[in-house]
Amino acid sequence: MLEIKEIHKTFNAGTVNEKRALQGVSLTLEDGDFCTVIGGNGAGKSTMLNAVAGTWLVDKGTISIGGADVTRLPEHTRAAYIGRVFQDPMLGTAPTMQIVENLALAARRGQRRGLRWGITAAEKERYHQMLKNLDLGLEDRLTSKVGLLSGGQRQALTLLMASLKKPKLLLLDEHTAALDPRTAAKVLALSDKIVAENQLTTLMVTHNMRDAIAHGNRLIMMYDGKIVIDVSGEDKKKLTVHQLLELFNQVSGSDEANDKLLLS
Amino acid sequence: MEFLTALLKSMPGAAGQGLIWGIMAIGVYITYRILDVADLTVDGSLGTGGAVCVLLALNGVNIWAATLCAILAGMLAGLVTGLFHTRCGIPAILSGILTQLALYSINLRIMGWGTGVGTQATLAIRVDNFQLLVSSRFIRSVGLNNPLLFLAVLVAAVIAALYWFFGTELGCALRATGSNPSMSRAQGINTDTAKVLGLMISNGLVALSGALLAQYQGASSVDMGRGAIVIGLAAVIIGQVLFSRVFRNFALKLLSAVIGSIIYYIVIQIVLRMGLDTNDLKLFTALVVAVFLSIPYWKNHYFSKTAGKGGAACA
Repeated sequence: MLEIKEIHKTFNAGTVNEKRALQGVSLTLEDGDFCTVIGGNGAGKSTMLNAVAGTWLVDKGTISIGGADVTRLPEHTRAAYIGRVFQDPMLGTAPTMQIVENLALAARRGQRRGLRWGITAAEKERYHQMLKNLDLGLEDRLTSKVGLLSGGQRQALTLLMASLKKPKLLLLDEHTAALDPRTAAKVLALSDKIVAENQLTTLMVTHNMRDAIAHGNRLIMMYDGKIVIDVSGEDKKKLTVHQLLELFNQVSGSDEANDKLLLS
Repeated sequence: MEFLTALLKSMPGAAGQGLIWGIMAIGVYITYRILDVADLTVDGSLGTGGAVCVLLALNGVNIWAATLCAILAGMLAGLVTGLFHTRCGIPAILSGILTQLALYSINLRIMGWGTGVGTQATLAIRVDNFQLLVSSRFIRSVGLNNPLLFLAVLVAAVIAALYWFFGTELGCALRATGSNPSMSRAQGINTDTAKVLGLMISNGLVALSGALLAQYQGASSVDMGRGAIVIGLAAVIIGQVLFSRVFRNFALKLLSAVIGSIIYYIVIQIVLRMGLDTNDLKLFTALVVAVFLSIPYWKNHYFSKTAGKGGAACA
């Protein structure tokens, strides 16, 4: 479903601030794979997701989604294949627009937007039902501005928006990092539910090792712009935080990142 | 008493000007409020609208067609600003300034078209010889030729058209672009195209306002758009301050910009009658806008204690 081949990205090339963020990352996800991505700050996790989403174009390498080469496509064209939830709850929704208007925008992802009415009565009914199923108390606030919602509610809404029009690939970029632990757990559970119900191919970046182990069927760890650990299947199910740390030390040849990863 | 009667007599004129500039204020609302871009093109595109309309009318073009061409010319100006911004990476505010500056020369050329010199700073059109849509001459007349009637209908039509457009998929995409560009791109909206389209619609309306203004006052001049953005902002902000609590509907929000514009011209009439020199008007306008723009900031910074208490009580 997703095929990343040898991608490279360097920021501020040729200056003192040069940052070689991705140094030859390759990754292939099968249809329905739920892969968690872990690594320290600056390891390249979010950079890899942004490369796939098309926030900017990569320097080298190719990216294809569902067999289509998207390497040179701009972000808004690629959006036809991709659902996204950002780390910052402010980024995923339009705050000055209503809840239903946000959903209607998301329902038209990847379609040409013309002069038909932006939202239909049938849609409103459908969204009402969907929000009711989410049980967030949002079903009676359909015409409220999204700017009035809490961070957790916004992330839940963004998740719903990302899956409203089934994407070929779902990108979750530390989407619970800005939430309090209880809300984070709720949003994570909702993510699991939505991924399972729609059988979405998913790439989830997280800071939390336990979450990375508990969710999905595959785990990769990044270090210094490369994928250094790749565990899947039975091995992934048996994985413990302790083992993961040992693996990481072997690969990186140091234990400097231990504290950072454990504490976060 | 004399003061009051004089003031009352000037009210229709203020309303007429207010309605015409209100269309321009709607244009400013679209860029400033919906797209979140301060577009300074308007100082030039207002004059372009007037120049194109008067030139064509003088050359025998039907006044409706001439006005329509003025709108198209304004949209072209918006397109240029939009392309400067999205295709050349120039900051929006600077893109507008560049187009506005270029339009000064272009407007002189438009009005000087067909003359020996090739440039001209004013172009008069007399209502006696031409069938104009609006003219200040009939502003106090009782009957169908009173421009207030025509302007009111036109403003209503403009608001209705925009209400429809911003409810469509494309219009929603424009609103989303102004509200949150990164979310919009993630939902497959080409934010560059949306911005260009918004700038075109806005400047089309501004040029319409310029075309009407030129007909209303019987001449188009190269200076007629000077400071237009500030007047537009004044109208938008006055409307917002006075009506934001009562007017929630989108059409009513557009209407509040028009009412803001009318109020602005009434206030101008009052201060002029009270003895303000016309040369000081721009200073006065700038100060009014500065004060109104500062109010929200002051509210947050100097009265934040009460706001904090309110917030805590809600939590």
